[in-house]
Amino acid sequence: MTKEIRFVQGNEACVEGALYAGCSFFAGYPITPSTEIAELLAARLPQHGGTFIQMEDEIAAMSAIIGASLTGNKVLTATSGPGFSLKQEAIGYACMAEVPCVVANVQRGGPSTGNPTHVAQGDINQARWGTHGDHSIIALTASNHQDIFKMTVDAFNLAETYRTPVILLFDEAVGHLRAKLEIPTEGELDVVDRLRTSLPEGVNYHPYLPREDGRLPMSDFGDSHRYNVTGLFHDMWGFPTADPTSINDLLHHLVDKIENNVADITRYKEHFMDDAQYVLVSYGSSARSAIHLATERRARGERLGVLELQSIWPFPKELIREKCDGARAVLVCEMNMGQVVEHVRAAVRKPNRVFLANRVDGKLITPLDIKKFLRMIQGRGA
Amino acid sequence: MAVQEYIRERFFPQMWCEGCGHGTILNSLLRAIEDLGIAKSDIVMTSGIGCSARISGYVDFHSLHTMHGRALACATGVKMAKPALNVIVPMGDGDALAIGGNHFIHACRRNIDITAIVMNNRIYGMTGGQYSPLSGVGTMATTAPYSSIDNAFDVAELAKAAGATFVARTTTYHVAEAVTYLKKAIQHKGFSVVEIMTQCPTYYGRKNKKGDAVEMLKWFKESTAKLGSKELENNPSLIARGIFADEDKPEYCSEYNKIIERASRR
Ligand SMILES: Cc1ncc(C[n+]2csc(CCOP(=O)(O)OP(=O)(O)O)c2C)c(N)n1
Ligand code: SF4
Ligand SMILES: [Mg+2]
Repeated sequence: MTKEIRFVQGNEACVEGALYAGCSFFAGYPITPSTEIAELLAARLPQHGGTFIQMEDEIAAMSAIIGASLTGNKVLTATSGPGFSLKQEAIGYACMAEVPCVVANVQRGGPSTGNPTHVAQGDINQARWGTHGDHSIIALTASNHQDIFKMTVDAFNLAETYRTPVILLFDEAVGHLRAKLEIPTEGELDVVDRLRTSLPEGVNYHPYLPREDGRLPMSDFGDSHRYNVTGLFHDMWGFPTADPTSINDLLHHLVDKIENNVADITRYKEHFMDDAQYVLVSYGSSARSAIHLATERRARGERLGVLELQSIWPFPKELIREKCDGARAVLVCEMNMGQVVEHVRAAVRKPNRVFLANRVDGKLITPLDIKKFLRMIQGRGA
Repeated sequence: MAVQEYIRERFFPQMWCEGCGHGTILNSLLRAIEDLGIAKSDIVMTSGIGCSARISGYVDFHSLHTMHGRALACATGVKMAKPALNVIVPMGDGDALAIGGNHFIHACRRNIDITAIVMNNRIYGMTGGQYSPLSGVGTMATTAPYSSIDNAFDVAELAKAAGATFVARTTTYHVAEAVTYLKKAIQHKGFSVVEIMTQCPTYYGRKNKKGDAVEMLKWFKESTAKLGSKELENNPSLIARGIFADEDKPEYCSEYNKIIERASRR
């Protein structure tokens, strides 16, 4: 079969991935640099009988997808910067009530209105801890269009598998870049369908009682099982509870279901990593420059490799330790004041051999920028 | 079906104070639903946070107890995703019109087929008696110890101006009236708002020297009058009860269906 090949923006690759994964509901509020996702879905979703709605703000958009998910839809919202801040309250609700949903954040410069039209990767920690209270979260990222497509499909799959919000941390550079996208054929990528209860009407269904494998089968609003969904600590029926054991158990469940499955959730790519003496750890559009530099230096015999992270939360600690252990030094390339580098330092045996190569002026970090940092830590000057 | 059948016994005893008007509203609502004969699985009750919002847990429908102020935004997602469902959204005055005010006017504007009930006790009950956007000038509250200088919204006028196509107001004293309006609101195709003035003897009553629940109900009887009545004409300081709007206008989900048709032809 000949594949459909398109020349698209990264944001459009996200839209194609969402539709491939079975997304049938989108609610959003326009904001640069993510707006194209809303615009494209406004055109595409109704063509398939799906729903698009532009809400009055990001709080409403995030709330609307939660309602739609509970009626049985795979749902998406997309935003940037200030909009991501507004969504945090309802992201926490989705964590607590275990509502599968996907939130794409095409990052721009912050804080506040910041730098709407330029690239940044400053929301890494916000994705992890933006909403209040203990919880765990899944966040994926990508550096090119094919991977944006794939990670978007994976985001929907993980949201369904773990009944949790999944954050897609893209950025302005890759979101707006135009490049080739090969649309995978049906069946080429795995698509996880919603797990629904097989219990017939009249049999007690416990919406919050995990099966042996930890998964919780759902029942759509409108079907025969009627149950309560709340953001309060709740029991297996979904009823609010202040019972210490129930609270303790639920919080552990919410964290453990993700933190005990880091290996299953972790996504990454290796570029020239065999025998690498220096390892560049990077992600998103920063990784493009890291890969570019490594390709160039390898051609000259320099043993430089790139570990490209495609999942950031839960943080792939074991992976980092394993891949960076033999390196003389690790250079984390990111466009923020050092958000992932801290976690890399915490993961490795020799944290003092981990350095930051960053750029925070709204310009894409270049291979030359990274090379300068590299030469500095090699004591060789620029 | 008996009203009892609509209740989740497991969730009782309920958390409301003795004499709280919220229970009366729950009763009126269940009677309205019983009269209409709607199947339990065809109803989704979505609420926010507040004493009022706890109502959704007590009923044996699909129930979605969300965040403070966000009930209508969540309900919009439910309704758009499955328009066949009856979506009922009970809210407190603070929930609906302070933190949720933006969602409220936009739900009105869309004329989406949702039934909103504003359980107006003119106070923040759950957090212990602070003033709300419906308290009005002169109200005493824990955050207005010298009395409130905040003007109140007129929910009915606000909803009408924002585009709600069914708007009514009544009180917990006027139970039969409440049942009638709730039935009309649920049957209405479009966004409907029923404001029910209700008593919070614990905070509003105590702070404003309105007495116990019985006295507060008497106050509702004496301080309100039917729209179009001589009584109201003679005494405009009375609060009007009645139906303020009942219009037939394009409903949001039906309009969206036309978008689907248009898009599929491309
Ligand atoms: C974001 C947020 N802010 C504040 C609160 C605290 N809070 C809970 S209920 C409530 C007000 C409730 O008043 P109302 O909506 O009038 O309902 P009532 O309790 O009077 O029925 C407030 C301020 C909250 N839960 N969430
Ligand atoms: S505090 Fe007021 S509103 Fe809340 S339950 Fe008590 S009487 Fe009702
Ligand atoms: Mg109130």
